[in-house]
Amino acid sequence: MTQTRLIAGLLVIGAALFAVAPLVIDAAPYESTMGLIQRIFYFHVPSAMVMFASAFVCGIASALYLWRRSPKADRVAIAGAELVVTFGIIVLVTGPLWARKAWGVWWDWGDVRLVTSLVLWLMFVAYMMLRRFAGPGSDVLAAAVGVFGMANVPFVYWSVNVWRTLHPQTTVVRSLDPAMRPAFYLSLVAFICLYVGLLLLRVRLERARGSLEAAYADLED
Amino acid sequence: MTPGFFRTAWIVARKDLVIEARSRELLYTTVFFAVAVVLMFSFSFVVEGTPLPDAAAGILWVALAFSGTLALGRTFERERQAETLKALILAPTERSALYVGKLIGMLGVMSLVVAVVGPLVLVLFRVSVSGVVWHLLALLVTGGLGFAGVGTLFAAMLSRSLSRDILLPVVLYPLTVPLMIAGVSGTSALLAAEPNLARAEVWLAMLIFFDAVFLTLALWVFDAVMAE
Repeated sequence: MTQTRLIAGLLVIGAALFAVAPLVIDAAPYESTMGLIQRIFYFHVPSAMVMFASAFVCGIASALYLWRRSPKADRVAIAGAELVVTFGIIVLVTGPLWARKAWGVWWDWGDVRLVTSLVLWLMFVAYMMLRRFAGPGSDVLAAAVGVFGMANVPFVYWSVNVWRTLHPQTTVVRSLDPAMRPAFYLSLVAFICLYVGLLLLRVRLERARGSLEAAYADLED
Repeated sequence: MTPGFFRTAWIVARKDLVIEARSRELLYTTVFFAVAVVLMFSFSFVVEGTPLPDAAAGILWVALAFSGTLALGRTFERERQAETLKALILAPTERSALYVGKLIGMLGVMSLVVAVVGPLVLVLFRVSVSGVVWHLLALLVTGGLGFAGVGTLFAAMLSRSLSRDILLPVVLYPLTVPLMIAGVSGTSALLAAEPNLARAEVWLAMLIFFDAVFLTLALWVFDAVMAE
């Protein structure tokens, strides 16, 4: 029961923060070179952070599952992978929208974060496809992808970073104006609440699904 | 008495290579598939009779990645049809030795593919490798080792799954992005009009590092996954 309250609490806090976010973001200073489109930053960056964190949640849970075969770890891994894909969609939609206005192109291979996000997203889409289509034993297989996917993140970042320095670089405004911080941190907390709430909810759903399947199996015996 | 680690690996590898030497199934199909891929690329990247500059490196690596995926799927399909994979796993030896054995067999096939497709790409795309042959070979060996290392692991695991043919590339290509970037970039540094050996060596060092990480991880995962 305490968990139900925790999930409900997180989702309510998240929803409340999302409700006030437009007002706080509106109050943040107007970025002179990029204009209105810069405000997508307050949703784009937190969802990217949550996506990367979720990849690590899934990777660590997958490693635990491979090592200890604990069903709990497997449930956390599924939930983590699904949320990488979900938040990844937010990142990959808002990123090009921003890029179009800020740099004049939809996609920029010179931006290491954008490219790494795409590769990370594809790895976890592969994870989901394995779970859905590979049939018996897909849990272990997917866990291997989860472990490799997590371990791969720094290498993808590193190799893309070296690779793109061979190409002309676009300059991006990266220092955060102190006046923008309240809006940014508010969005970040909202996304974290949403993430943790969804993660716990998804783990619970998976547990319920597991016990339902076990109950069916018992009934047939 | 059961044979030791390296002996087991060698027995498995030799078995694969002997089957291959007799049937030449993988070799013929994979080589001609790679040639067909190069041909498709030629029509895309040769404009008005002149190859696009810098296209050769990418074409070589993509042809190898495609044909490697095909060979990986096929080698485990053979084991599955003959039910020999189960027998191998039931054998009282170290499972990681089986992985190393399959990997060596795979590298044997792939090096023959490189021996045919490499020169073909160089000739068709008019690039010279004088003075950079050893660097190029080192890139191909380290890149191929990493790719086959990750590929053997996932092909082995997928051999008992549904939709394995399509799932192997879906899983393998995103995971091998760092290897692909390093391989293609290193090779194009070598094949440029002014070869840049220093830059190729940076990529080579990265490939060696990736190989070490990927192979260690693959050995650990193979042991954990093939437990049942």
